[in-house]
Amino acid sequence: MNFKSIRLASVTAALSVLAMAAHADEVTGAGASFPAPIYSKWAEAYNKATSNKVNYQSVGSGAGIKQIVAKTVDFGASDMPLKDEDLAKDGLMQFPTVIGGVVPVINVSGVKPGQLKLTGAVLADIYLGKITKWNDAAITGLNPGVTLPDAAIATVHRADGSGTSFIFTNYLSKVNADWKAKVGEGTAVNWPGSGVGGKGNEGVSQYVQRLPNSIGYVEYAYAKQNKMDYVQLKNKEGNFVSPDDTAFKAAAAGADWTKSFYQVLTEQAGKDAWPITGATFILMHTAQDKPGQATASLKFFDWAYANGDKAADELDYVPLPDSLKQLIHKQWASIKDTAGKPVALK
Amino acid sequence: MAATLPADQTLRKAKDSGKPPGRRRTSPLGDTLFSLLAHGAAWLTLAILAGIIGSLVVGAMPAIRQFGPAFIWHMEWDPVQDHYGGLAMIYGTLATSFIALLIAVPVSFGIALFLTEMAPAWLKRPLGVAIELLAGVPSIVYGMWGLTVFGPILANWVQAPLQRAFGNVPLLGTLFSGPPVGIGILCAGIILAIMIIPFIASVMRDVFEVTPPMLKESAYGLGATTWEVVYKIVLPFTKTGVIGGIMLGLGRALGETMAVTFVIGNQSQLSQISLFNAANTITSVLANEFAEADGMHRSALLFLALILFVITFIVLSLAKVLLMRLRKGEGTKA
Repeated sequence: MNFKSIRLASVTAALSVLAMAAHADEVTGAGASFPAPIYSKWAEAYNKATSNKVNYQSVGSGAGIKQIVAKTVDFGASDMPLKDEDLAKDGLMQFPTVIGGVVPVINVSGVKPGQLKLTGAVLADIYLGKITKWNDAAITGLNPGVTLPDAAIATVHRADGSGTSFIFTNYLSKVNADWKAKVGEGTAVNWPGSGVGGKGNEGVSQYVQRLPNSIGYVEYAYAKQNKMDYVQLKNKEGNFVSPDDTAFKAAAAGADWTKSFYQVLTEQAGKDAWPITGATFILMHTAQDKPGQATASLKFFDWAYANGDKAADELDYVPLPDSLKQLIHKQWASIKDTAGKPVALK
Repeated sequence: MAATLPADQTLRKAKDSGKPPGRRRTSPLGDTLFSLLAHGAAWLTLAILAGIIGSLVVGAMPAIRQFGPAFIWHMEWDPVQDHYGGLAMIYGTLATSFIALLIAVPVSFGIALFLTEMAPAWLKRPLGVAIELLAGVPSIVYGMWGLTVFGPILANWVQAPLQRAFGNVPLLGTLFSGPPVGIGILCAGIILAIMIIPFIASVMRDVFEVTPPMLKESAYGLGATTWEVVYKIVLPFTKTGVIGGIMLGLGRALGETMAVTFVIGNQSQLSQISLFNAANTITSVLANEFAEADGMHRSALLFLALILFVITFIVLSLAKVLLMRLRKGEGTKA
């Protein structure tokens, strides 16, 4: 073993490392915390399958939008779709990845999961503080045969700004004019009444499980995993539905995605549609300084749409319908490099 | 010979007058370097402080321009309409800290008194160490404990009975109104008290211990009781340290974030002045809303942070004034 051969070996080793680094893509995204578990799981499986890396920072939708506007990440993620004019202003495009639902959960003794039926208008009146007792005529009228206690309703909401709150308040604004006028919709709103606020889904579910006679709202996955008492809601077509995968899918199918991806899936038509459904979105720049990174990001989502449905199911997210996936593929053509050529997927 | 004489004489002169010989002017490199470093560290602190104030003011400027001083006494906090007022959070911060001090100061005083004057020698060390350990518990642990264990106890065993007993008494009735859910200003205040007791108690104990034994023994020799010794000898001797310890605790209570966020209920509206109501402090609203806030919302949050800064500054200044008053009074006492 002489010196020369050692040097040769080290040079070839260094070269091969360089070659590998050049080959394996590495992209970074940041944003919403709600889809973070599925993005991490997809990234892990994708890394195993292709040795490409995807780093996702779960920093919240607002921060994710800021980061993608500032171009510090390759893709942003938001639970709240951006309006088309806002997208155009920042030179962004968006596409949905998975669907989730928001579920009102209650803690009322003697009421079984799914036994209580509510309408959106009544739900809004409860959060407005107009309906203060569980045995209010507005609630008992919807629930003949269910014994409801003569107890004050304790409302629980999200204290932190969140996409969950946006979907929930968007729904309440659609079904209750008073809510729309007094409170409105947003990731954080001026919650009326004397409710309490919990931090994150876990904070809200903690409060609901702890406070007797309370009502709150959490992501479906969270309600299911914690076996919380959900309620049935009346949808746009007048049917009472329970929250589950098919009800969310029905809501997604009812939306018209062809004109715009700005779709808040609340109060959608469809006989089985769950009324408080929402998709979570990815944001990317339409004019790419680094087309290679854009290609790598799109490759990841392409792979996830093709292979990630099972993982999504396992984590209680609802995969997108195939028709929508094809539409997204078409939309990807709007992502272009500086020369104005669509970035290649391959 | 003649040349050496004056030097010899000056040396002798210096010795005679008892003064040290003149200071050596030339300092070696090490000294210069050390002096620069020490100065640098001191100035860096000031620069950081100025930087924090500066960035807070710049960040809060849009909100300051929009709402002006009315921000302090307006209560509306509406991110949808972009109308902001900080009264609810300022009230929550002050009320929880006040409750915390109300509980923590007497209890800490009792602990320090017991440890220094009354505890048997074998108990002093373990008890002292236990209190210092409490100071090392991370605040989130207090928060979780407050939410899952203490809150329900408070709701069932304290709030409900209080409401039954005083619900119809005019002033107390309002103070104890609202849903007895355990979470709110009272709970946050008590949790804060538990958190700051170790700080105040260990400072108090340390300063009580430095009271010269001669003074105490003289007082005991004159027939003073333990209480008289503490009240008339130990406390006057250690008042600076005692007030310092209380201020340390208050500073921590004003700035505590995580534990409070867990137990205060995070409600930015103040429907009535009740101890049982869910509320918000400046720090808890910052922790909750900062990540998702932008535009005027973010600016209003920074304005709140600036106000907290000012509150802390006022509290520290008041403590200084109090100490100066006490010191002035010393000369006039017989």
